[in-house]
Amino acid sequence: MKPIYVDNNATTRVAPEVVEAMLPYFSDYYGNPSSMHTFGGTVGQYINEARSKLAALLGASPEEIVFTSCGTESDSTAVMATLRSYPDKKHIITSRVEHPAIKNLYEYLAKTGYRVTFVPVDSKGLLDMDFLVSSLSKDTAIASFMWANNETGVIFPIDEIAAILSERGIVFHTDAVQAVGKVPIDVRKTRVDMLSLSGHKLHAPKGIGALYVRKGTKFSPFLIGGHQEKGRRGGTENAASIIGLGRASEFVAAHMEEENTRVRALRDKLETQLTQKVPSTFINGDRQQRLPNTSSIAFEFVEGESILLMMNEFGICASSGSACTSGSLEPSHVLRAMGVPFTAAHGTIRFSLSIYNTESDIDTIIEKLPPIIERLRTMSPFWKGTCAAA
Amino acid sequence: MWEYTDKVKDHFLNPRNVGEIENPDGVGEVGSLACGDALTLYFKLDDQKRIKEAKFKTFGCASAIASSSALTEMLIGLTLEEAEKITNDNIADYLGGLPKEKMHCSVMGREALEKAITCYLGNAEKKVEGEIVCECFGVTDIQIERAVRENHLTTIEEVTNYIKAGGGCGNCHDKIQAIINTVLGKESSAVKKAPTLTNIQKIKLIEQTLEREIKPALNKDGGDIELVDVSGNTVQVRLRGTCASCRKSQITLKNYVETKLRELVTPELVVEEVSL
Repeated sequence: MKPIYVDNNATTRVAPEVVEAMLPYFSDYYGNPSSMHTFGGTVGQYINEARSKLAALLGASPEEIVFTSCGTESDSTAVMATLRSYPDKKHIITSRVEHPAIKNLYEYLAKTGYRVTFVPVDSKGLLDMDFLVSSLSKDTAIASFMWANNETGVIFPIDEIAAILSERGIVFHTDAVQAVGKVPIDVRKTRVDMLSLSGHKLHAPKGIGALYVRKGTKFSPFLIGGHQEKGRRGGTENAASIIGLGRASEFVAAHMEEENTRVRALRDKLETQLTQKVPSTFINGDRQQRLPNTSSIAFEFVEGESILLMMNEFGICASSGSACTSGSLEPSHVLRAMGVPFTAAHGTIRFSLSIYNTESDIDTIIEKLPPIIERLRTMSPFWKGTCAAA
Repeated sequence: MWEYTDKVKDHFLNPRNVGEIENPDGVGEVGSLACGDALTLYFKLDDQKRIKEAKFKTFGCASAIASSSALTEMLIGLTLEEAEKITNDNIADYLGGLPKEKMHCSVMGREALEKAITCYLGNAEKKVEGEIVCECFGVTDIQIERAVRENHLTTIEEVTNYIKAGGGCGNCHDKIQAIINTVLGKESSAVKKAPTLTNIQKIKLIEQTLEREIKPALNKDGGDIELVDVSGNTVQVRLRGTCASCRKSQITLKNYVETKLRELVTPELVVEEVSL
């Protein structure tokens, strides 16, 4: 059974073009870019080409790119590098709906003596800007707000936040792991100081990430070691994956328009059809300020894990905001922060598309999912049926 | 991804006895939408007071649905006295085991069964007993104590896996730990407090410990243990079944039997194995 893969916010298919670009760097050009000999040194040149390609995707200069191992490392690096640079500042701020890479790091820092503010969101997942502004102080070392939410796809007003923070001289980091490659990003226009991204969310392999660090930003390395990445991140470069990330940057740039037209249309069709066919169903998050590929749909009175496992029988791969799939007992902190009622949070499914999805994928989901919800609802003690039209 | 057994998958994808019973003899409702799982269990008795029909409606994950389905299958044909003896472990075993994080699904089955039986016996549904410890999931100190005692739980994580308590905000972790300590403390101190044992008391206590604590544990792995003699502080035992042929039998003896006996009888005991 060919999988119908609509879980692209979890990870993406490595594009065949990307694999092809990477292959020579395993067995042919395997030298260490730090070596003095031409054999190794040449690899360094290709790494810098990849750096330029990624920089171009962001509107950055190549030397502002630091390669890391993943999005989480980029996030930790941004926050820790800043805190070490401003040892006297003891306040940090973020939102209540961040990815665990930031959320858990901030919670950890709260235990080590930092004063932490988690800015709330409204029922559509939009940030409370007044709360944000009133929480800032001279003691604020770093603000970290995600570009786009991984669960709902809701996009924060990064331009506006950047302007507010830069006016006050507060370092601004954004976790743009879900946004890069899906929506246009240009750091020349948006004054973020640091930006995290991850290769495997944009058709490069797992195990490679990057951090954009604006020229002039105070930075004290997080991973201490060799002189690689201009002393900003020790460790021998993951050459093949860096080459892959460079190639993937070109790939997503070339498909950006398709992502925002064809993929968006598929996502919209999925939402429209499912909410029409299945009663007591709604979309989580603001419909406008949103990534083109993501849909978070709440099916009331049923539980997400059951939906996922029944879809799995048809090869449909999605994910859920329910507690049962994560090993924790409470549903997603993102949905709870938005005040999504428990009746819906437990039954929320996230569909995240990519340019590899076809119309027939979406049609299959539209055909297979409604009977699954129906079946689970007949099993549910809470489902009393829809009100018969009077 | 959870590793569910084929039996769990089967009972999830083809659940048995889904539905409601009109005019049931017993109904038990547990869980809530907020908690993420809920089960309503119905049963009807025949003339011989045996369960003729059992049905369920469940909101929850695959293992919650499978546990409910399994429970109804186990119930049909039983008397209420027999049904009362079903434990959450029995439900999990019927399904070939559950992931440890999902044990609470089997506990939910047992709780619904108890409520349904109470309902049949005409006892007004008991009010929540004890004091709420875990506010997130509404779990009381009495429920936690029972789960700890019955399932020999020793950590907060295990308590969360079995009855969810402590799985939310985490504010109650200290209280849960205190309950675990009390239960564990009670078990050992009850014995420790005993004054110097007479020989007969000691032998009886060794027998009891072997029967209640050690045998069931060895039986689980297909082994068995038999008390041969006690002289002074030396306990002679014979091992049977898997344990006897197991190369690790010495380790089993030293590390397990002796520790248990020392803990529950008296610290001076030495265990010796007698060959067949």
